[in-house]
Amino acid sequence: MTESYDVVVCGAGPAGLAAASAAAAGVGARVALIDANAHAGGQVWRHDVRRDGARRSRAAFGSAVSWYAESQVVAATADELLIERPRGATRLRYRKLVLATGARELLLPFPGWTLPGVYGAGGLQSLVKQSWPIAGQRVVVAGSGPLLLAAAALLRRHGAHVVGIHEQVSARRLRDFGWGLARWPKTAWTAVALRTKLAGVPYRCSEFVRAAVGDERLRAVELETPAGLRRIDCDYLAIGYGLVPNVELAEVLGCRLVAGPGRHARVAVDDWQETSIANVLAAGEICGIGGAATASVEGRIAGLTAIGSRREAAALQARQRHARRFAAHVAAAFQLDPRIHGLAEPDTLICRCEDVPFGALAAFATSEGWDGRAAKLATRCGMGACQGRICGAAIVELGFRAPTATAPPLFPTRLSSLTEPFATTSM
Amino acid sequence: MNREPVQLWVNGASVVVPAGASVAAAIAQALGVGASFRRSRSGTPRAPLCGMGVCFECRVEIDGAPQQRACMTLARASMRVRTDD
Repeated sequence: MTESYDVVVCGAGPAGLAAASAAAAGVGARVALIDANAHAGGQVWRHDVRRDGARRSRAAFGSAVSWYAESQVVAATADELLIERPRGATRLRYRKLVLATGARELLLPFPGWTLPGVYGAGGLQSLVKQSWPIAGQRVVVAGSGPLLLAAAALLRRHGAHVVGIHEQVSARRLRDFGWGLARWPKTAWTAVALRTKLAGVPYRCSEFVRAAVGDERLRAVELETPAGLRRIDCDYLAIGYGLVPNVELAEVLGCRLVAGPGRHARVAVDDWQETSIANVLAAGEICGIGGAATASVEGRIAGLTAIGSRREAAALQARQRHARRFAAHVAAAFQLDPRIHGLAEPDTLICRCEDVPFGALAAFATSEGWDGRAAKLATRCGMGACQGRICGAAIVELGFRAPTATAPPLFPTRLSSLTEPFATTSM
Repeated sequence: MNREPVQLWVNGASVVVPAGASVAAAIAQALGVGASFRRSRSGTPRAPLCGMGVCFECRVEIDGAPQQRACMTLARASMRVRTDD
């Protein structure tokens, strides 16, 4: 089956929702919005099953938008996407494509990180919003960045006992960051409000998790602190070191990628959110981690540009630049302590899909760096179900070159979905 | 949206979750804290990590279909879910 649209938007988080709504306001524009999840909202506006009840979601888009839920892009060409849905595959033809595929959490290897009970900080937040039972459980929140506060506040609201929040950045650096927030008063106010909700929860700086301890599940974490190693008993560890753009679809389409701030690739765009590919635009986290406010304004610019409303898009560019300056302020403040890059031991698994230990990769270090391709072929690192999304980002963060470029299918796929391009249109 | 709780089966045991809950949440509720969802290639226990469909650590069998991401699948009435032993 093939459907044709003027604008197809991939990803229904803040950027995608804004893009779809803006594009749908165009006269007669046919707009489709697709997302792998059952509900729109992305990660940041994910509906909270227990707390939000029937409350209307912030994830709104006009009735003029065709909504494709539970739809995963598995392949893409210059004018068509192949999407897999619960009941089969569909081809979506597009004139303009807006990529709003968001970000995932940066998860770094340390001894014990594969134990059940160790979760991404955003990941546990997402699970709990979908009714994962957390009440009464002892949770250690650790890693880096503003996301830790948001995660801790949500977990506490759901009845978790948040034992402590451990931020790897020093208190001094955090204070400087806080003063800098004066330029973004709304954000500063959000931070204060979050801190108030977390009254009574210890917030410690210059501390990071060195190891997770347990047999078949997590029992405790070992923390590196300025006063030495400390062990804390817990049921859950929620850990996150920030976010990484989901650039895989953009990469397959041939969009130019650039690095930075930091080592991870993002999609290069101009002032109109246009990528290096003529009919492909990108907005939000995939253009560099910037948060929901940045994503919303960029999504709107992309949607307007896609339907040719450049004058309206231009009116938003100053706001976009202001939001991006804030993102740079955050990125600079939460740089990782190099000791965190050195936590993996030779027997610590790097590739969780194929169970490849860090020691097996060390053999592929050369004088010019690290031969990712040889390592992948010899060890299967990055060849499992996640297709290197977890270990690939970790390897790049640790200072190595990514194993190899992304190739379709973008996700493990049913064979029947891959035969869809060859099916007759009457099917 | 239907707000009725949903009854489904995890490893043969009945579990009831709120409407909109994920299969991952149903498994956690049925099997308890620190439950393993799958065994890795070398046999170590695994549970969800990313919670958003990226890491594939939460793969389970749903209604006979193997390798389904529990965190991305909504719990639906009478679903039959199996984790690795």
